[in-house]
Amino acid sequence: MHRIVVLGAGTGGTLAANRLRRAYSEAQATITVVDQDDQHVYQPGLLFVPFGKAHLEDIVRPRGRQLHRGIEYIVDPIDRVELGDRQVHLGGGQTLPYDVLVVATGATLAPEETEGLTGEGWRHNVFTFYDLEGAEALAQRLEWFDEGRLVVNVVELPIKCPVAPLEFCFLADWFFRERGVRDRVALSFVTPLDGAFTKPVASHRLGGMLEERGIELVTEFNTGEVDGKAGRLLSYDEREVAFDLAVVIPVHNGAAYVNRSPGLGDPLGFVLTDEHTLQSKASPHVFALGDAAALPTSKAGSVTHFEGEVLVENVTRFLAGLELDASYDGHANCFIETGFSKAMLIDFNYDTEPLPGRFPSEVGLPLMKESRLNHLGKLLFQWFYWHTLLPGHDIPGVHSAMPQRGKDRGSGSDEEKEDRNDH
Amino acid sequence: MTTDTIAGAVVELNEEGFLVDPSQWTEEMAVELARREGIDPLTERHWQVIRFMRQQYEATGSGPTVRVLGKTSGVPVKELYQLFPKGPAKLAAKIAGIPKPRGCI
Repeated sequence: MHRIVVLGAGTGGTLAANRLRRAYSEAQATITVVDQDDQHVYQPGLLFVPFGKAHLEDIVRPRGRQLHRGIEYIVDPIDRVELGDRQVHLGGGQTLPYDVLVVATGATLAPEETEGLTGEGWRHNVFTFYDLEGAEALAQRLEWFDEGRLVVNVVELPIKCPVAPLEFCFLADWFFRERGVRDRVALSFVTPLDGAFTKPVASHRLGGMLEERGIELVTEFNTGEVDGKAGRLLSYDEREVAFDLAVVIPVHNGAAYVNRSPGLGDPLGFVLTDEHTLQSKASPHVFALGDAAALPTSKAGSVTHFEGEVLVENVTRFLAGLELDASYDGHANCFIETGFSKAMLIDFNYDTEPLPGRFPSEVGLPLMKESRLNHLGKLLFQWFYWHTLLPGHDIPGVHSAMPQRGKDRGSGSDEEKEDRNDH
Repeated sequence: MTTDTIAGAVVELNEEGFLVDPSQWTEEMAVELARREGIDPLTERHWQVIRFMRQQYEATGSGPTVRVLGKTSGVPVKELYQLFPKGPAKLAAKIAGIPKPRGCI
């Protein structure tokens, strides 16, 4: 009898546990899932909450209910993992021995690591929409914000869903236009990157979209302090950006127990993981997926979904004493809300940056282009999330490996092509 | 890629001025590389960061980001920006003769 323990009952932990439950009968393996609470948040929905386009009851469900029958669910904080003894110690004192451990405890916001961020201005003129309470508080503030400078600031990468801050800018532009006050609201996007996004072709396209909407782009800004009282962001190299309302994406760490578990994670608490097999670099009995893993791809639900398939295949191979051969390619797929009921889609992996074309093949959704169809796709995805993705089924036509078909490799300006050659 | 003579040794640099082969690096080269970036002289605090970057590179295969440096090198982030203006992780990596830290995605 194999003992499988899954830490975290978010996107990655839930879909991995459900897929593993289908792979093994209850006589073959026990599956135990641990999380610190019973609130499963559909995180892509958080983006819409500040604009009154989604509400808590739409995006929160009980975690335990998303798990198949035959999976034990424990609500308890995790104290630490002892890799040598192959045991998880829970806050309540319980100990869980494992043959395979799946780490899927996501990323944690650390606003307190930035000077002043949680000071006087916090929840008055300084907000985040990256958690439920923050998104709701911001919704209340935006209701009566109709004049002044709104600044969206990414403090440092990595963050969950790196396109979300840009989507917030696009949706804010739309929101203020609909309310007829856009001419009285200045919008700025302040980022530590040297452009709107990390990958050159997409960065160029998204930068253009900010410009079209009259959203100022401030680059290479490393936020050292958020001064809510004076209404300004200060960078480490002593630049300053003034604001009336700041929407800040705080720095992210892994879950706190990772750094209490010797060898498991990097200094930020993300789990050191092989980028293709998803096996821990510290112990062959441990696998990781989703935001918890220190991998050179986006921290996003689509990534977690694509990793899930590979992880489950490799866990079963490991338990059967076979060599791991399933390989994750870094595939990510993101709908980017651009306002006015349109969205753009990007699809990429470790080696291929986002390119124009169609997804998943020549007759699919348009890539790198705003369209109503993509917006519908984004809305429809919420249904797929609860009913297909979490239960561990495949979404028709969408696979773990990035599709090569449909991508237009010949297009783009010469400048973009040069950029591409650099990477 | 260009060939250059640094502190008397012939080395190859990539288009951004990073040493192509980190094993060719010497402490004398660090002094010269720092001078080219306008940092002169290298203080003991600079050396603390440079040595830490070398150790991290040897242990993990890549240089740490600014936040990791701030948490683990013993030099706080604010001071890192004073020692290596603009981009401490990138500049310290260049002077330490290791590749540019992999950008986050």
